[in-house]
Amino acid sequence: MQRILEVKDLSINFYLREGVVHALTDVNFEVFENETLGVIGESGSGKSVTVQSILGILSQPPAKIVSGSIRFEPESRNLELNLLPTYGDTYRNVRWNDISMIFQEPMSSFSPLHSIGDQISEALTLHRPELSETDVLSVCLGLLEKVGIPSPAMFFKRYPHEFSGGMRQRAMIAMALVCNPKILIADEPTTALDVTIEAQILELLESIKSEFNMSMIYISHDLAVIGEISDRILVMYLGRVVESGVADEVIDNPLHPYTRALLKSIPKIDQPIESLDPIEGSIPSPFEVHTGCPFYSRCTERLGEICLRQKPAHKTYNNGHKVSCHLHA
Amino acid sequence: MGSFSNSSSVINEEDKNFYYATQWSLIRSRFRQHRLASISLIFLGLLYLFAIFSDFLVPYSSTQRFSKYNFSAPTSIYIYDSEAGFSSPFVYGQKKILDKKTFSWKYEPDLTKKVYIQFFTEGEEYSLFGIFKSNIHLFGIDEETPVFLFGSDRLGRDVFSRTIHGSQISLSIGLVGVSLSFLIGILLGGVSGYYGGYIDDLIQRFIDFMISLPTIPLWMAFSAVLPRDWSSLKTYFAITIILSIISWGPLARVTRGKILALREEDYTLAARAAGASTPRIIVKHLLPGFSSHLIVSITLSIPGMILAETALSFLGLGIQPPAVSWGTLLQDSQDLMAITNQPWLLIPAIFVIGTVLLFNFVGDGLRDAADPYS
Amino acid sequence: MLTYTIKRLFQLIPILFVISVVAYAIIELPPGDFADFYISSLRATGVTVLEDEALRIKEQYGFNAPVVERYWRWLENIIFHGNFGYSFEYQKPVNEIIAEKLPLSIGLTFGALIISWALAIPIGIYSAIHQYSKFDYFFTFIGFLGLATPPFLMALIFAWLFLKFFDYSVLGLYSPEYVTAPWSFDKFIDLCKHLILPVILIGLQGTGTIIRVMRGNLLDELKKPYVITAKAKGLKFRDLLLKYPVRMAINPIISTIGWLLPALIAGEILISIVLGIQTLGPVLLRSVLSQDMWLAASIVMILSLLTIIGSLISDLLLVWLDPRIRFERLSK
Repeated sequence: MQRILEVKDLSINFYLREGVVHALTDVNFEVFENETLGVIGESGSGKSVTVQSILGILSQPPAKIVSGSIRFEPESRNLELNLLPTYGDTYRNVRWNDISMIFQEPMSSFSPLHSIGDQISEALTLHRPELSETDVLSVCLGLLEKVGIPSPAMFFKRYPHEFSGGMRQRAMIAMALVCNPKILIADEPTTALDVTIEAQILELLESIKSEFNMSMIYISHDLAVIGEISDRILVMYLGRVVESGVADEVIDNPLHPYTRALLKSIPKIDQPIESLDPIEGSIPSPFEVHTGCPFYSRCTERLGEICLRQKPAHKTYNNGHKVSCHLHA
Repeated sequence: MGSFSNSSSVINEEDKNFYYATQWSLIRSRFRQHRLASISLIFLGLLYLFAIFSDFLVPYSSTQRFSKYNFSAPTSIYIYDSEAGFSSPFVYGQKKILDKKTFSWKYEPDLTKKVYIQFFTEGEEYSLFGIFKSNIHLFGIDEETPVFLFGSDRLGRDVFSRTIHGSQISLSIGLVGVSLSFLIGILLGGVSGYYGGYIDDLIQRFIDFMISLPTIPLWMAFSAVLPRDWSSLKTYFAITIILSIISWGPLARVTRGKILALREEDYTLAARAAGASTPRIIVKHLLPGFSSHLIVSITLSIPGMILAETALSFLGLGIQPPAVSWGTLLQDSQDLMAITNQPWLLIPAIFVIGTVLLFNFVGDGLRDAADPYS
Repeated sequence: MLTYTIKRLFQLIPILFVISVVAYAIIELPPGDFADFYISSLRATGVTVLEDEALRIKEQYGFNAPVVERYWRWLENIIFHGNFGYSFEYQKPVNEIIAEKLPLSIGLTFGALIISWALAIPIGIYSAIHQYSKFDYFFTFIGFLGLATPPFLMALIFAWLFLKFFDYSVLGLYSPEYVTAPWSFDKFIDLCKHLILPVILIGLQGTGTIIRVMRGNLLDELKKPYVITAKAKGLKFRDLLLKYPVRMAINPIISTIGWLLPALIAGEILISIVLGIQTLGPVLLRSVLSQDMWLAASIVMILSLLTIIGSLISDLLLVWLDPRIRFERLSK
């Protein structure tokens, strides 16, 4: 399998009036062709910042890439995205054309003043100027039908607020597919939706992914969802990748105490609810600077002084399972 | 679960104050960080102090005339003399000279006549707050050579004294007028926002209507109706009432909007469930919830009142002489030739603009402090 | 949309009624009978009015009737005969005076509205994009200054500056040599020259506030997720800015017509008075000073009507431009 995206030692800071937030610290991962990479972490773990930095849609300032690189198609075109000017032609052509994104809030991610059709077709007319108006329309209507919208032609002319959250998210998925991208990023696409709709959307995403031959980066704070949809999993905590590996391996044999804690906190149908173990404490203040392991304050398996004082190194096992914890030094 | 200690994050004293501060002390501390607003507040305070103690601070009453000195330019104050060197502040006497080219009178310093400024000197008698009689003024000079810091007007009255005296009416009309507007606004807005439904619709329509009326023509028409022979005090209150009756709309709208948002809050429901009466809920629970916003709105609507009074008096429809306000002072500058030759007549305008600016800066600072996320 | 417009027009009826009551209050409030005033002013011009003739006048104008009936007679005349009454000060029908002065008042106000938007919107956009730049601070300051300076003072100061530094009088509508001259192209140019400053001065009243509203709105909109979506699609910054956040930020500006129009009319009146431009402003001042109340009330009523119509237009414009509001209002 070929790598389509490579993120190396990526560190991003946010320079705010209240202080500096180290949003990402030495983040490393790659995405292969046709695979689904699941990214999991609590809110504030840096999942969204990671994918937004790939698309170059972080507001800079306050965000700033301090070090590291983001390479798109490192084997062939080898575009170093982090070095491209944000609104330059090269980067703009990567956006939506090669990498597109489904956002968390289908309501606010659409402009309320423009028709859904206008917003869906916009990227297509932008990136494929050679297409005629009727071609654009037929592509869009076809996609709307594919994502399960009953009468696409009518839908096309209407406005976002006239539809339910589920419908809007379907429209968003159709919009993300117009340019047939190589990578589809889904940033918690079901968080704002009902549970019943969530299952439908997940199913839709899986079928579309295989039909369109894309890679997908799926972000969620729900390990159950991630385990189901991903080929490989990335576990993030406080802007760091603490564990990564093939999905089954990470779920069945979690190495990091944080991953274990996450797994314990998933409710299971055959267990009484009392057996759930929530992770104690809450995420430390984002302004805090950690000399040792960032999970130290909440870790139930911490070793002592070494965890507080020294940053854990990354350890890679033969099967590609990586972990960053003093327990596995 | 293992023992959980908070060793990695120690909250220092400052943070503690931050986390446990009341809403008001939070607002206060954020306001203090707003430098422009804090400085403006100090200046505003000074202006109001000047207004209160105007009788003491200025050398003359608002009606005292120096008939020999009409349209005199601002008097220069010296502390250096080539013969005597540095000394306490003094002024030169003035002599009237006919300009042969333009055939108009001009004043020139009479270098032979040197008069020292006296501090805490006796002058015209006045009564502070209507209680304390005194004749001590902060500074003054003997009757023969008047000191005009801002020049003198057509009738030889000291523009500086009149400006400071005039600030009493100009500055207070804003406060009194806004209080009245606020009272109407909070009453209607509160009722409207709290009861909602049909009553709200009706009041809301009325507020919209009031806001859409052109205020100046209405103010002009209604003030013109006031009898000319009323005492200054009566006119003052009548003008204030006219000003506020026509301009309570925006404040009422803000109040209504806030109450509407707040009555949906859980704590209102809780209070209602606990059996509290409606007025009690409004006063005890709703008002404190948005008083910071209201203070911002109030602060920002005071300048409108001040400007309205100035405009009306300027047109001769507001405060009537011999009472002085900044507006009546500016009446003298209606004539363009007058301000071309006597530009110091525009000095009261600087006070108007300055005061309005200060109120706006303070209001903006308060808004940022009350609601940093809006 | 048509039914909605008609509905809104019907909703104007009670508002018009309230306006007429307010206007009539202006007529009734001055102490003394209006007829007395009329008769004494007739006498002052040398006309001998006998006592029974005075009574006849009172009868004719219905001054002996109860107030409600007097009001109705006044309103009836306006509605059915388009007759606003008679001006004792000018010695001619109010209709004539208004027909003569109103067009220029409307022209000045409308011109000022256009000017203030044309200035404020681009400056607001630029200030928002370059937040905390020198440009931003400069216009924030100018905006505050404009806000704090009453229109008549602004007019005075500018008139004085022009006279002092350019030796040019901005007073009046025409330069002295054109006042009595017949209409010509040169006279028209002269008129335009004299109107530029008043239009800008009146416009400045709103400009500062609109800049601040536009800047604030745009700053809010720029943070919205749909802007990020548009950026993610690969739009150029300029296209993105104009298509999405600016469109969104402009909508609330349209609804500011509601308060901007009264402010502009106030500015128009005061500035016309100071600069001696023969619009409704000086006429209003003269009429209230001489207690010529039919004229004053008519002017107040017409100006109120103008602002009400203005805010109705802005409302309809908003419904037309904003699908959310359209959806909400039209489905009701």
